Amino acid sequence: MRMRDKKATTHSPLRRRLLKGFIALQAAVVLGNASIASAEEVNTTGLAVTEDTVKVGILHSITGTMAISETGSVQAEKLAIDQINAMGGVLGRQIEYIQEDGASDWPTFAEKSRKLLVNDKVAAVFGCWTSASRKAVLPVFEQYNGMLYYPTFYEGLEESPNVIYTGQEATQQILEGLDWASREKGAKTFYLLGSDYIWPRTSNKIARKHIENKLGAKVLGEEYYPLGHTQFNSVINKIKLRKPDVVFISVVGGSNVAFYKQLKAAGIDMTQEKPLFVTISVTEDEILGIGGENIDGIYASMKYFQSLPNDNNQAFVKAFKEKYGDDIVIGDVTQAAYLGPWLWKAAVEKAGSFDIDKVRAASPEIELTTAPEGYVRIHENHHLWSKTRIGKAHTDGQYEVVYESADLIEPNPFPEGYQ
Amino acid sequence: MFADYSSSELMAIFAMQGFAGLSLFSIFVLMALGLAIIFGQMGVINMAHGEFMILGAYMTYLTSHVFESLMPGLYGAYFIVAMVVAFVAAGALGALVEWALIKRLYHRPLDTLLATWGLSLILQQCYRSIFGAREVGVTLPDWLMGSVALTDMIEIPINGLFVMVLTLLIAAGVYYLMYRSNWGGQVRAVVQNRPMAGAVGINTEKVDRATFALGCGIAGVAGSAFTMIGSTGPTSGQLYIVDTFLVVVFGGASSLLGTIASAFTISQAQSTMEFFLSGSMAKVLTLLVVVGILMLRPQGLFSLKIRR
Repeated sequence: MRMRDKKATTHSPLRRRLLKGFIALQAAVVLGNASIASAEEVNTTGLAVTEDTVKVGILHSITGTMAISETGSVQAEKLAIDQINAMGGVLGRQIEYIQEDGASDWPTFAEKSRKLLVNDKVAAVFGCWTSASRKAVLPVFEQYNGMLYYPTFYEGLEESPNVIYTGQEATQQILEGLDWASREKGAKTFYLLGSDYIWPRTSNKIARKHIENKLGAKVLGEEYYPLGHTQFNSVINKIKLRKPDVVFISVVGGSNVAFYKQLKAAGIDMTQEKPLFVTISVTEDEILGIGGENIDGIYASMKYFQSLPNDNNQAFVKAFKEKYGDDIVIGDVTQAAYLGPWLWKAAVEKAGSFDIDKVRAASPEIELTTAPEGYVRIHENHHLWSKTRIGKAHTDGQYEVVYESADLIEPNPFPEGYQ
Repeated sequence: MFADYSSSELMAIFAMQGFAGLSLFSIFVLMALGLAIIFGQMGVINMAHGEFMILGAYMTYLTSHVFESLMPGLYGAYFIVAMVVAFVAAGALGALVEWALIKRLYHRPLDTLLATWGLSLILQQCYRSIFGAREVGVTLPDWLMGSVALTDMIEIPINGLFVMVLTLLIAAGVYYLMYRSNWGGQVRAVVQNRPMAGAVGINTEKVDRATFALGCGIAGVAGSAFTMIGSTGPTSGQLYIVDTFLVVVFGGASSLLGTIASAFTISQAQSTMEFFLSGSMAKVLTLLVVVGILMLRPQGLFSLKIRR
């Protein structure tokens, strides 16, 4: 640079003006550096923080059966990191991510999280998707005092000092949906259907208590099918026979596709709303595989839909499509994953430090006004205050938002009276 | 539990349950036939069977796109073409795999198990790299959607009927090939006594390759048909593999008739129990019964009596 400066001084006035600009710029950088605290100050625990970079981890399955679901989360986290870097990074440091593959295998998740925390000394990890993978890494994060930003809506019943849950816990997602069905659609009878593992079972336990105790309605049946089950004709017959007002569905993965295709083939027109189908597990991502024509008319209860009309979301969707192509769709979890890096940035800046303990202490009451879903705030219990929306699926694979809760809903991972 | 329903409702439900059972039966037969041919006739445990099915499903997906963009007028017919494409593609890959891999492992059955399992992982990752990790949606032509309403209550899904007809055709085709054609005679001769078959002038290598390719091709057709009722993703094949093995092992490895009988037993048991119990319990009970019977009859329902 000095070489060029020398040349510039010997040339035209324009060059000289440019040079002045250069000097001003350099001064600004120097000043900027002065205002940026040194690495020792913002990092007293030996994390991978240098004068101009900070390392974080991304830990999702990009191979194996969960890759279908986790791909969107990885994309969202990378987009958020890019945007933060373009804005100048966190505490003046550019974020560098180290991506590890959990390979849809829970012990691998634990091993990779240990690698990220112990060898790479990352300042935060954005990752995990299934509850099983989160449970597998939890002891590692607590032992080595790491910070995990977990994006998926999940069953609750957990509150770790080392995890920020950016998706909704069960009561936030479920109760609003059931209330809506009862109030707006006059539902009196419900049929609960799910895949057979912890999330649907806990969700339906909460749903049943709410339906029976709070809504004074009736549960006609509660059923579970093994993960990956592909034949739903029997349960469709049962639904036809019992005629519930609402079928409340938490079927996941490949089973989803089979269920809705067979429902449609069995002559049930979901747009008739007899019965009304309400799902808590089908995001826009899943509809890609199911096919919009097979799911037209069902309702979903979650906090985010790609079609949300607010400005934040418009900008988010635009940026996402610019980076990953026009055909991409964005589901609830993808948006929640996008919040992770932003929430971490806000907490680090509030704490003025990358130290895990300080970030943790700073986290409650952190708010984001720029979230695509609108406004979110971190609760004492490390979950997010968020709104719940009801969307109606259309043949183009998008949800139309038909209802939005008036207020932010308080996260309540250990709901009393629902256990 | 039936007190609340009128007799006409009950009739309708039994009719529909019966149909659900039959439709499950044809699905089981369709997915197990290919495996049964390979396992039964060659003694090779093909762990990549599910991935051959998904190859068929992806071929269907591709064919639908080709039709959509090049000849939208003929879109209704694409599904038939897709099944032929699926058969050829899966069969060709099967022949290639037999030549490159299986052929070298005929005397090491446990190694074929490992090798084909590895192959299944490789194929899954290939699908993931080529088609993306997300599931793809295969749009059905209109004539395959919806149902035939026999009465107000009884509705028969058209795609269920389609799978049944397809299964019948393929089963009949396989029967003809195996038991009526010259080639089938060669296959059976090789199964019963390989050195002797070679001695009388049968090219056993060629027979092996064709058998393996046929089995894989049928898996491809099955996968193509299953795009109507299930998901198409890199790992979707894994959803079918357990049931497939169950049917083949329960039926007796080397008997195609056994495969059909076992598919019938398991599907009827499962769909009946699913109606009275929850889905998971039905599966548990089905597996318990299968395990129980296999303890008493380790060779499966039907077995081939030959002198070794």
